[in-house]
Amino acid sequence: MSTLLKATDVVKHFRAGRGRAVQAVNGVSLEVRSGETLGVVGESGCGKSTLGRCLVRLTDLTSGKVEFQGRDITTLSRRALRPLRPAMQLVFQDPYASLNPRRTAGDAVAEPLRIHRYGDAAAIRKRVGELFDLVGLTRAHLDRYPHEFSGGQRQRIGIARAIALNPALVVADEPVSALDVSVQAQVLNLFSDLQEELGLTYVFIAHDLGVVRHVSDRIAVMYLGEVVEVAEAEELYAAPAHPYTDALLSAVPEIDDGTGASRRERVVLTGDVPSPIDRPAGCSFHPRCPVAQARCRTERPALRPVAGRQVACHFPNVPGTAAGA
Amino acid sequence: MIGYILRRFGAAVLVLFAISVLVFLIFFATPGVDPAARIAGKNADPATLAQVRASFGFDRPLPVQYVLMMKHLFVSHDLTSFVNRGTLVIPQIIDAVPVTLSLVVGAAVIWMVLGVGMGTLAGAMRGTLVDPLVMLLGVFGVSLPVYWLGEVVNLITQKQLHGSVFSWVPPLGYAPLSQGVGQWALHLLFPWLTLALLYAGIYARLLRGELINALNEDYVRTARAKGLSERRILIRHALRCSLIPIVSLFGLDFGALVGGAALLTEVVFGLPGVGKLTYQALQNLDLPVIMGTVLYAAFFVVLANAVVDVLYARLDPRVRRA
Amino acid sequence: MPEPLLEVSDLRIRFGGFTAVDGLSFSVRPGEVLGVVGESGSGKSVSMLGVLGLIRTPGAKISGKVVFRGRDLLALKNAEMRAIRGREIAMIFQDPMTALTPVYTIGWQIAEQVRAHEKVSKRAARDRAIKLLDEVGIPAPEQRVDAYPHEFSGGMRQRAVIAMALSCNPALLIADEPTTALDVTTQAQILDLLRRLRADHGSAVVMITHDMGVVSEIADEVLVMYGGRAVERGSRTEVFHSPRHPYTWGLLDSVPRVSGPRVRRLPTIPGTPGAAGQGCPFADRCTHRLAACAEAPPLSGTAGHLDACWLPEEEKTR
Repeated sequence: MSTLLKATDVVKHFRAGRGRAVQAVNGVSLEVRSGETLGVVGESGCGKSTLGRCLVRLTDLTSGKVEFQGRDITTLSRRALRPLRPAMQLVFQDPYASLNPRRTAGDAVAEPLRIHRYGDAAAIRKRVGELFDLVGLTRAHLDRYPHEFSGGQRQRIGIARAIALNPALVVADEPVSALDVSVQAQVLNLFSDLQEELGLTYVFIAHDLGVVRHVSDRIAVMYLGEVVEVAEAEELYAAPAHPYTDALLSAVPEIDDGTGASRRERVVLTGDVPSPIDRPAGCSFHPRCPVAQARCRTERPALRPVAGRQVACHFPNVPGTAAGA
Repeated sequence: MIGYILRRFGAAVLVLFAISVLVFLIFFATPGVDPAARIAGKNADPATLAQVRASFGFDRPLPVQYVLMMKHLFVSHDLTSFVNRGTLVIPQIIDAVPVTLSLVVGAAVIWMVLGVGMGTLAGAMRGTLVDPLVMLLGVFGVSLPVYWLGEVVNLITQKQLHGSVFSWVPPLGYAPLSQGVGQWALHLLFPWLTLALLYAGIYARLLRGELINALNEDYVRTARAKGLSERRILIRHALRCSLIPIVSLFGLDFGALVGGAALLTEVVFGLPGVGKLTYQALQNLDLPVIMGTVLYAAFFVVLANAVVDVLYARLDPRVRRA
Repeated sequence: MPEPLLEVSDLRIRFGGFTAVDGLSFSVRPGEVLGVVGESGSGKSVSMLGVLGLIRTPGAKISGKVVFRGRDLLALKNAEMRAIRGREIAMIFQDPMTALTPVYTIGWQIAEQVRAHEKVSKRAARDRAIKLLDEVGIPAPEQRVDAYPHEFSGGMRQRAVIAMALSCNPALLIADEPTTALDVTTQAQILDLLRRLRADHGSAVVMITHDMGVVSEIADEVLVMYGGRAVERGSRTEVFHSPRHPYTWGLLDSVPRVSGPRVRRLPTIPGTPGAAGQGCPFADRCTHRLAACAEAPPLSGTAGHLDACWLPEEEKTR
């Protein structure tokens, strides 16, 4: 599988006044392969949304590098980025906020086509119709306004807009977290159907661990602006190597439906996530980590390959590897 | 909190300095115009012009001119109005200040009491007939222009009914506090009411909106779930939070009014305040007076803003950190 | 079986022409945790606001019976209801970020509730606040009692809100999505806290949530709501191990799990959650729809496991 997007040591800081900085993303390196879904999971404030915006250059990087289809897009101007925009699209959590309330759903989907000069009015109309079919809306929906749609339908409009120009990459930022469970399942299925039909590549950002497991081929777990573990979805959930991943998974309340799915032993973390302004020295997880040792307080662990995955921990929990190797 | 106050007033001083520089540049450094001629007034004789040039240092660099200007204004207090044949400007302003302050402070008390009272009543009684009635009263106050209302009030109290109902109303003008609080208040009573009516309407409307928003807030629901009385919820929770934006608006309005925006009221009721002074100076193109009143106005607006920000921080703990 | 603490029968709440709660009946026994689960529009939150008399919308019509410790709450005067709210029944809400008045300290707000119901000095109320903050796991409570809400993180604020709710030792705590706005690790802490507090204080809890996982972790009894009606009710084991209503099946199936086999496509419920109509509220979305569904099925069943569905008994298994 070829690499579609490659991020190297991406850093994004925001100014927080008095010369301090919010270190939203702090040295993230990852690869997105063509045709896969890379899940990015973490709790609020872990920098996953900011990372998503960095990956498609919706925001400028503080430092680091992003390559898309082999081309360095880190420092491209808005103008130079423009021809690349159709290939990288974003889907947001709240599609309602990104839709103009005075324009019909058909208009909203036609907009990117017009901006990027897809064709004449007839061609655009035809394409919008196709897109509505594709995302499971009917032609009758074309002339309705955003407030006439339910949350799930609005998200379908958002998705239709994103795929209108045949993108290679779609970055979806919490696209189902505002939806009811039954509707969430419909939208998740739509994502996988579209991937199959159109060969899309997804970066799927979410906080819901069940959702991320369902959609992702590989998953990156973030904590305080850093990626702490990257692994194949099945492997990550079967045996989390980073203590934070372990705690995160064990905290998910599971449905006991009597089918005997084994309950994880809960690791309850104490305290709150530290502020991204005052990061702890060493490993940023050490103040809450149940297995932290002296070394973790001083030395920041790098993301390194361990047993077929990548982990940023001095003492990863992987059977067969010596602790501290 | 102390640190915040110091920082806030430090910033106010900086703003005042910036305004003084700006005013100075507008009056003295506008290209193509001879400032001496403007200060000396229309048709000034050459001797006056030369005198002005020397005293303001127009042959010297701009920073020196600025310092000289500030010296005339604040140290020697000898800025002179040439239009009015040598009247000193600063004492004129100092005489006008108590009049304007008396007018605005009194009106402010009345409009805050009225505005907060009406707004709270309307907001709390939403859905009943009281709300639209009170708001109608507010609109009535807002839509009457001060100059018209003032003239009507004068017509009634000074002429039509002066012989009967309003025989106790003194003639137009100002009575300083030295003549007794009673006379002072009596002279200002109708100016106060006239000015306050307008602002009371605006404040009532604003507070009603804020209060209705606050009453829909989650914290009000929490307060209800706590078993508090409706009265306590309204006053201690909803009203307390709704007052925050009111206070900030009040600071702006108060500063602007003291700075001369009460002009119309002062003119209509013959009160020799700062607004009236500015008005006369503008009519005569009396530049030194205009300059003096502009800086005075700026001083009050900035000061009022600083006081309000400190009050704001007192009312809203969230801004203290910033 | 002990007397129910709260017994709601045939609760109806209407806003104009819209029926939000349509004949809801349930009961809560002392010390029990009832999980009320459903999607948006199911009426789960509105019904609990109705129980506490917290619906303020003009024109809202509430009928039925809400008997708490032998008294019908719907028939009480405002002042009598106020004495129950916050003292005997406490309620906490979803968003801890907005649930506290921003201009007062945490301690002040807890003390306010204590002093609304008990004749104690300011000093004593403050000491109680410190003790409560300590109990819900807020570090350095002597200092934090004087902190303002914005100085707390989301998890800490929810702890503070819980501390406030428990300040008068209520017999019943109604928690409306108390962990929905929180991160999973924080949610786990809050659920642990609620479990511990129930053990210590013996309060019964009504836990309103859309998260089947949360219900499965904390509830003794489960009430599944759809379109303003109860569609299934029973013990946790009954409802989760052998659900009987097609909506419950759909809800359980459509949640992506963190363990067990991974499916390529999630089973879904077609359509979107809608309002109650004449017949079974779920009929429009139900794949097992029968002719009888034009009429609303009653909540019925045996030995405490009830469902509202016209399917023949033998077909009520997944």
